[in-house]
Amino acid sequence: MAILFRTTKALETQIDDYLDTISRGVLIFKEGVKNYLEHAQPRFEDHLKSIDHYESKADDLRVSIESSLYSHSLIPEHRGDVMGLLESMDDVIDQSKETLHQFSVEEPLIPQPLHKEYLELTDVAIKAADEVVMAARAFFRDVNQVKDHLHKVLFYEKEADQTGDHLKRHIFKMESLDLSQKIHLRYFALNIDHIADKAKNVADRLAIYTIKRTL
Amino acid sequence: MTFLFLSSGLFLGWSLGANDAANVFGTAVGTKMLRFKTAALIAGVFVIIGAVWGGGGTTHTLGKLGAVNALAGSFTVALAAALTVFWMTRLRLPVSTSQAIVGAIIGWNIFTSSITDYNSLITIVSTWIVCPVLAAVFAMLLYTLVRFYLNRSRQHILRIDMRTRIGLILVGAFGAYSLGANNIANVMGVFVPASPFKEMSVLGLFTLSGSQILFLIGGLAIAVGIFTYSHKVMETVGGSLLRLSPMAALVVVLAEALVLFLFSSEALEQWLLTHGLPAIPLVPVSSSQAVVGAVIGIGLLKGGRGIRYRVLSEIAAGWASTPIVAGIITFVALFFVQNVFDQKISERTEYRLSEPVIAYLQSQGIEDANLGNWTERTFINPLRLQSRLRKTTQLNEAQRRTVIESARITPLYMAALIFEKDLDKEWFTSAQWQALQMTIGKTYTYEWQLFEDLQAKSADWKFKEDTRLNKSYNKELQEKRDFLVMMFRVKPAPDEDEM
Repeated sequence: MAILFRTTKALETQIDDYLDTISRGVLIFKEGVKNYLEHAQPRFEDHLKSIDHYESKADDLRVSIESSLYSHSLIPEHRGDVMGLLESMDDVIDQSKETLHQFSVEEPLIPQPLHKEYLELTDVAIKAADEVVMAARAFFRDVNQVKDHLHKVLFYEKEADQTGDHLKRHIFKMESLDLSQKIHLRYFALNIDHIADKAKNVADRLAIYTIKRTL
Repeated sequence: MTFLFLSSGLFLGWSLGANDAANVFGTAVGTKMLRFKTAALIAGVFVIIGAVWGGGGTTHTLGKLGAVNALAGSFTVALAAALTVFWMTRLRLPVSTSQAIVGAIIGWNIFTSSITDYNSLITIVSTWIVCPVLAAVFAMLLYTLVRFYLNRSRQHILRIDMRTRIGLILVGAFGAYSLGANNIANVMGVFVPASPFKEMSVLGLFTLSGSQILFLIGGLAIAVGIFTYSHKVMETVGGSLLRLSPMAALVVVLAEALVLFLFSSEALEQWLLTHGLPAIPLVPVSSSQAVVGAVIGIGLLKGGRGIRYRVLSEIAAGWASTPIVAGIITFVALFFVQNVFDQKISERTEYRLSEPVIAYLQSQGIEDANLGNWTERTFINPLRLQSRLRKTTQLNEAQRRTVIESARITPLYMAALIFEKDLDKEWFTSAQWQALQMTIGKTYTYEWQLFEDLQAKSADWKFKEDTRLNKSYNKELQEKRDFLVMMFRVKPAPDEDEM
């Protein structure tokens, strides 16, 4: 019984840790994009390194949580749901890391007039991701609160779509750019928007898991 | 020969483990909250502890089979009950082992023309209805309460999981303990007077009396039944009837435990009565029926859609057929044991309404001019005596029963050896023990003669007035009296293949 108690405590901490890691990862992404636009190269490199670190930490934690859940056969009813939740949350940090790396590798040339909109898009996408982390936290501790966060995720995801749409129209209207550059810029707008999409993906699953939990 | 007879008790123990462990751990295993092996280990250990040291695990308990008065008869009755339970277990149905035993005893009663106590029949039928309904109501209430609490307590999903699991283990362990304590008498009780075991010290830590060793073996048989065969019934209880959540699984076992405690605890009734509180009426309860009722209660609370009614109807059919099948198997088996294997399946009981009996009955307020008609005649069939009494006397049913019981010849010899070896002085009050000591060496023809003698020597041997407050006192006294008769009854000559 002591083992059960210890495992439970350790796992609770690990799950909290995992959610913190995801949340921190997306915040770092936001800072990274800001640094890139400000041409603050050394700080951008720092953030790139730390998002790598957090992404791999999240992977390790996820694997360890999943194997504990199975080896101690904990929460038999919700085990599948929890695994699905953790895996889809992983997509959010993966997408953030991937996109920041693309900034580093492809070094897109972003004209000054577009900076504000890129920052706005990043901000909304990150808000969606942040809300979904809170929703996940609520799923573990207080199911009744999940709904309060989920509707915000959906709201920010829609906002991100609109901002992204606006940004893309702006890009393609700029006559000073080549088509190749326009396509390149659109690609980055799309990838940032994807972070919000992944967050919505998690939210959709959570909505169902929550109904299952309160039944 | 005793060992051969013992084997059917062991088989009954095995069947009991295979079937009844599901009431305790079925929902935990069915919801995958506990692995079968873990559940079986906990259940096995606590069943044995309950059997050897539990409330009923003392030398004094004879169990229901105690009514059967010859070893070969007990063997057959236990075998028939065990076969019935085994069969139901194969069909994955949770049934009541005690009902199988009662059914088998009724089969023996019919075969040997003994008088059946129809109250036990009424008991059986009423548990089918009363017990599941009570358990369902309790489960609904508990489930609503637990859901209300969980919605407000903001506990981590893992913490809820851990608490549920610990709850399931604790309630399960306690349930297994009670299972062992309450049922060991049925498995091994009748063999106590014939126990071939001597007192034994275990590593100098504690000593096991001869009957405790017997109970240990019975407990082991139950544990083996749990390990080898209880898995399927557990799944029926925990999953096939209704898909349960772990929380619901805990609610089911809690509701079962509550029903068993509130409606069968004489200690609780006594406590309430002595404190001037209204007592809960005691109703006959069976754990199999309580568990199934509790599961259904939760299903109904959720709107009744998830309940598999086919499984439910199979279970209900199993309940109804258990005592009947056990009775029929007993009847047929007794025929073979008696006629093919030439074993004595019942003590030949004789009834004689001699002068002292009539005088005794008069002192009890039972008089009828026609009672004196057959003072010289010996009846070997109580049913015949009963019909004779019905036709020729004005006595009512209860009086007729008293007449028959008083006329039954039970030769008793108060052997000093039995006092030394088999009686537990601690069980009696000192006045009772002193009175008993004074009977050493005496012989009696009728049971009531012994008790009249004891009552004259000590008021502690007298029944108290029949009120609810005195019920448990009188019941305990009756147990002591039955035990004395069992121990001091003069056994027939050894050529009867009983040794």
